[in-house]
Amino acid sequence: MANYFIDTQIYKHHLHHPLMKRIVELKERNYADKDVFDYAPIDFEDAMDSYEKVLEIVGEICAEIIAPNAEGVDHEGPTVSNGRVAYASGTQQNLDAVRKAGLMGIAMPRRYGGLNFPIVPYIMAADMVSRADASFENLWGLQDCAETLYEFGNEDQRQRYIPRVCAGETMSMDLTEPDAGSDLQSVMLKATYSETDGCWYLNGVKRFITNGDADIHLVLARSEEGTRDARGLSMFIYDKRNGGVNVRRIENKMGIKGSPTCELVYKNAKAELCGDRKLGLIKYVMALMNGARLGIMAQAVGLSEAAYREGYAYAQERKQFGKAIIEFPAVYEMLALMRAKADASRAMLYETARFVDIYKALEDISKERKLTPEERQEMKKYSRIADAYTPMGKGMTTEYANQNAFDAIQIHGGSGFVKDYTCERLYRDARITNIYEGTTQLQVVAAIRHVTTGTYLAQIREYEAMDYKPELEDLKQKLTGMTALYETIVSTVTETKDNEYIDFHARRMVEAAAHCILGYLLLQDAGKDMSYRRSAEVYVGYGQAEVNKIHSYITHFDREDLAYFKAE
Amino acid sequence: MSLKIIVLAKQVPDTRNVGKDAMKADGTVNRAALPAIFNPEDLNALEQALRLKDAHPGTTVTLLTMGPGRAAEIIREGLYRGADGGYLLTDRAFAGADTLATSYALSMAIRKIAAYDLIICGRQAIDGDTAQVGPQVAEKLGLSQITYTEAVLKVENGTITAKRRLERGVEIVETKLPTLITVNGSAPDCRPRNARYVQKYKHAKTVTEKQEADADYTHLFSHRPYLNLQEWSVADVKADVVQCGLSGSPTKVKKIENIVFHAKESKTMAPTDNAIDELMKELITNHTIG
Repeated sequence: MANYFIDTQIYKHHLHHPLMKRIVELKERNYADKDVFDYAPIDFEDAMDSYEKVLEIVGEICAEIIAPNAEGVDHEGPTVSNGRVAYASGTQQNLDAVRKAGLMGIAMPRRYGGLNFPIVPYIMAADMVSRADASFENLWGLQDCAETLYEFGNEDQRQRYIPRVCAGETMSMDLTEPDAGSDLQSVMLKATYSETDGCWYLNGVKRFITNGDADIHLVLARSEEGTRDARGLSMFIYDKRNGGVNVRRIENKMGIKGSPTCELVYKNAKAELCGDRKLGLIKYVMALMNGARLGIMAQAVGLSEAAYREGYAYAQERKQFGKAIIEFPAVYEMLALMRAKADASRAMLYETARFVDIYKALEDISKERKLTPEERQEMKKYSRIADAYTPMGKGMTTEYANQNAFDAIQIHGGSGFVKDYTCERLYRDARITNIYEGTTQLQVVAAIRHVTTGTYLAQIREYEAMDYKPELEDLKQKLTGMTALYETIVSTVTETKDNEYIDFHARRMVEAAAHCILGYLLLQDAGKDMSYRRSAEVYVGYGQAEVNKIHSYITHFDREDLAYFKAE
Repeated sequence: MSLKIIVLAKQVPDTRNVGKDAMKADGTVNRAALPAIFNPEDLNALEQALRLKDAHPGTTVTLLTMGPGRAAEIIREGLYRGADGGYLLTDRAFAGADTLATSYALSMAIRKIAAYDLIICGRQAIDGDTAQVGPQVAEKLGLSQITYTEAVLKVENGTITAKRRLERGVEIVETKLPTLITVNGSAPDCRPRNARYVQKYKHAKTVTEKQEADADYTHLFSHRPYLNLQEWSVADVKADVVQCGLSGSPTKVKKIENIVFHAKESKTMAPTDNAIDELMKELITNHTIG
């Protein structure tokens, strides 16, 4: 039986990171669940073994069911009739398989029917699902919304909704509207409280809602009449069993065609408030989006991996001028860079997931007891670095997924342009990853303050202080040089104290930091397992050239020239 | 109505993924070179059992397998998918059994289990391809049987209705419980392993395995009884040792040949509709197709 988890060593490599010991310890609280739940782990080794065994199930379902269905799903797509969505038949089969395998609510606590897995193994499953069919990750990955319900809902809501998600019901997050995309504070969907019925009613339209016909919706709506900004927005739970929301149409998209993107009409849809009024966007959606961004990073990594594999297989098999095209430098260079970008993306994904894991677990513990000063310190540290890594990682990995998908087609030549090969689907599917859950441009907006406040540099210094094998010393030297250039770039731009100028170069600065960080992460991978040395060498060489380019551009840039760029 | 179901399952060498070293020089199967798997049609059988369990609350599904110690894996694989328990028939005296001796041993184990409404097994195993064991077990137990089942359509009032997939059509039949059914590969695939069950049962072991295992999780076995997998010997099922294993097997293998297929002849045809038409007629006439 084909199995993604078993056929790709890199998953185990990332699963067995030293930080996992701390993560599992926090997540399992002295393994207290073992006396209550027959599937809870006994100790650390047992927990890790369980993660592997469950990821093997995921790997098998991905390779044997989801991937073979992907082409049919892409062609068939979902349909809508009488306000309800019907998934493509392959999507339905995929959903049945993950439900029967108990793979919904992976990260939820056991008392609500979840598996209580840390984010690292959950995200690893998302990585594999995306490699099999990125459009299915959109549906399966929406179980993330349960996390928001868990964090901000009251106990009664948790008990009513989370077990349903763990049992296989799907979710959606209804945020965007025709006039509120990136700018969510313009959301106008109206929430009105009825004193007589003792509940809220929603009225209005939502647009671009992934899986909009889900069983359970989290909805951002305007609860404070007369307001126009973020402070008038609250979050609501809408249960499809109550009715009131219909799907008006589904978008005809370029990619991820298996995932229904819906326009929803709310007509007196009964809903309940989740959390406190007015905190909908300011607090809850921000938390929801951070989780969702990690999910998109996983989607991007899965796509990068798939694109590399398609390109590699074709380059080996295709013969021109009497030899396989993989033997030509122009082709093997592309492939080596694709491999390096996929490995770098994956390293970033799991590093970010580990940081999120630690601070989220501590945050959860803090609901039960007061944290020690050391724990509070630890939570603060990891929360900050996760906050810095999420937008950087989302930006970099999704751009790389696009580049890898682009190069996979290039390797296929004319064959890549016809619909007979998987690479064209990957190309279309990848295209949304650097747009939704915040475009790359908006990721830069979130990341730039970590450039100016030095979060990235401090983390790079931590990496710099680690021990590396002597044979990797040259690479480390290169990275030290790149870091010095990054510092120059940042000071050159920021010392102008000109905000528009800083914004203009923001993406370049974030990318320069990213090349240093990704380079160090690959250096650590190579330190543990020399089979990653190739990717480390290729990536650092590439990153060094990129940082040099950025440095050159910025040092030669005349601030007056900004005028040439402005739209007339 | 709730049912007591026994699923007969066999661990087989994965003959679908045969490599170069699949056969030994003497023409016998090189079991070491082939991974041991759950016989595919027995998985279809297990799925039928689990669907009945889904539809009839209170139903229990028990696996029964015969084989060497490592065949305990079959029971665990069943538990991972939703079965409730299982028995491993294992004894040196069972070794070398043909279908007659195998069905005898299984029938004795089923007599020991005693309480059952339905026995479900795969049509045949991919290592022997005889399709005899299921029917023989039914005969030995004096049960009716439905072979080549593609779907169990319903079970109610002590009667089972099933669809049989035959060479030239389908047949819907019904019979009284208890009965035995054999399931075709055309029936739905078995569901995947379940994350909770895998975590629950991954430490489950037979007595023999417990003796071999490193002492890591042995403290669990006393207060988690479901982790103790039952092992039965010839004596446990009160079988007559002469009717078991090699001594109970009248089938003797005379000779095994290694057959290598070669493309023998080719035919050149004109790229015209007429030529294709002629070819189709030829293939239909000589029964290659149709």
